[in-house]
Amino acid sequence: MKKKLASQVTATGEKRLLTAEDFMSKEEMKARKKAIKARNRRVRAKRAGRHARSRAGNIAIFVLLLAFAAFFMLPFVFTLMQAFKPAEELFRYPPRLIPRNPTIDNFIVLGQLTNSLWVPLSRYITNSVMVSVTGTLLHVIVASMGAFVLAKYKFPGSKTFFTIIVYSLLFTGSVTAMPSFIVMNKLNLINTPLAIIIPAIGGSFGLFLMKQFMEQIHPSIIESATIDGAGTFKIFTRIVMPSVKPAWLTLIIFTFQGLWNNSGGTYIYDEAWKMLPTVLSQITASGIARSGAAAAASVIMIIPPLLVFILTQSNVIETMAYSGIKE
Amino acid sequence: MTTEVKMPVKRKLTPKEYVKLQGTLIGRNWDKYVMLAPFFIIFTIFTVIPVAAAIVLSFTNYNMVQTPGFVGFDNYIRLLLSDTIFPKAIKNTLVFAVITGPLSYFACLMLAWFVNELGPKLRTLMTLMFYAPSISGSLYMIWSLIFSGDMYGWANGLLMSWGLIDEPILWLSDPQYNLTIIMVVQVWASLGTGFLAFVAGFQNVDTSLYEAGAVDGVSNRWQELLHITLPSMGPQLLFGAVMQIASSFAAGDICVAFAGNPSTDYSAATILTHIYDVSGRYEMGYACAISTVLFVLMIFANVGVRKVLQKYL
Repeated sequence: MKKKLASQVTATGEKRLLTAEDFMSKEEMKARKKAIKARNRRVRAKRAGRHARSRAGNIAIFVLLLAFAAFFMLPFVFTLMQAFKPAEELFRYPPRLIPRNPTIDNFIVLGQLTNSLWVPLSRYITNSVMVSVTGTLLHVIVASMGAFVLAKYKFPGSKTFFTIIVYSLLFTGSVTAMPSFIVMNKLNLINTPLAIIIPAIGGSFGLFLMKQFMEQIHPSIIESATIDGAGTFKIFTRIVMPSVKPAWLTLIIFTFQGLWNNSGGTYIYDEAWKMLPTVLSQITASGIARSGAAAAASVIMIIPPLLVFILTQSNVIETMAYSGIKE
Repeated sequence: MTTEVKMPVKRKLTPKEYVKLQGTLIGRNWDKYVMLAPFFIIFTIFTVIPVAAAIVLSFTNYNMVQTPGFVGFDNYIRLLLSDTIFPKAIKNTLVFAVITGPLSYFACLMLAWFVNELGPKLRTLMTLMFYAPSISGSLYMIWSLIFSGDMYGWANGLLMSWGLIDEPILWLSDPQYNLTIIMVVQVWASLGTGFLAFVAGFQNVDTSLYEAGAVDGVSNRWQELLHITLPSMGPQLLFGAVMQIASSFAAGDICVAFAGNPSTDYSAATILTHIYDVSGRYEMGYACAISTVLFVLMIFANVGVRKVLQKYL
């Protein structure tokens, strides 16, 4: 009898037990839902091991950031919009951000210009991709290996060498161009892509970045792995690298971007080994008539680093899961 | 560390014993040397040698045509005593370094922290938005639109329509304004790298520390940042600081882009633009001397910054 009273047929025709919610007013329901949400948030926060964050604070931060970010995006949006403007709008003064009559003519012109090249464009793209990808991979591996032993072990010369690396970051690059060229020439690297790749592998910025992140790994973890019989290299690949994932993912962005935008400068003047930035600036440099194509070219140049950024950055954020590995 | 050899007796080693001990240490750590070797070789050839060569050239009259002749400290004496632009350049560089350096550093840190407070999806989006200008090459474009010297510049247009000024201000060539504007742009342009490194740094903090903090009574974001996050981010804070020194002392590219080189009355000259100026005249020995002075300045700044950050290291 009691059971029958407490059950009720719902709109969809199924039977269910009556709960306290069925006897509440709309306002009461709202308050209850809010309370449940707040409790869930507290529970989630506790599981994640952090104190509960206030919603108001979250919204304030978000709004503040959004305003800033909108301003930061301006040059990016501007570059993008330029590429879709017809010629007369490109030269409008003062310039307008959004094109009135968007067009893809600039890209078509760029395509025609590249088709008439003596060396096919695909060759330059291959050059650039090859240099950027191999350079980035090798740099991240080589710099991380060096960073690991410098961060976690003491051996004769380790401290001095690291000091030299940090100080090298402080020397302005502009006057070392001449000596660098002489070194490259002596090693017969001029006019080969190796002139770009090899120096990038030994870049001090990457080692410094990796070393600083690896310092956070607690010595006891490395000690216990050593006791378990893991060699230095195994500790590096199995323990250290996974726990500094945010660092090397970020380093990938920096290195790839640097190499991708590297024009080859004074080191490469052989047509077959030229890189994309040089070629694009060459074909778009010939006067006002080609500034539309130039705008299109700069958009195309942005795409690969942007992709690398999105791929790696979304991974950086996933790595929050690592816990207890560090001090 | 397990590989460290404990010295049995604390006394001064004889040179022979010292060499033997170093030999043993090197032998025991052979695997570390192997792992460091690729970086060591490339770094030495392509960075150490050119830098050392530049420092050596600073004591010569090298001009890219004749064989360099040794001139002792002549370049340095000329730089410090008779170069009329150098005092201006060094003053501007120090102003830049002291103002934009710390400002950009804290801006990076705060932005990264704010972004870190967001949920994962928003965080990726925001990181992209803040890093976007660093990906698109036309970094300064938007600023030259704002501060264009004619009445169509956004700043001039706005001020004129409000009736605050009667005629357009030549923002970028007037010594009264150009340095300030360049500093604003410098802060803005230098955010990318430091910001991204800090975002990664926040991700690298061990989450179990936050659990412990919550138990110990950390109750708001601010406390969490001050008592948990920052103290455990010491290495990244140092990294950011050193990179900031490197970029703010070597400011100058923005000066060239905005105020030209040379700028009006050298009002926006920095040590770097001075180096450009001198090496444009092929006085490479002299340019190397200026670079070496800048290098020494940065080393001092580096030591100072380490002292400030000491409690986090």
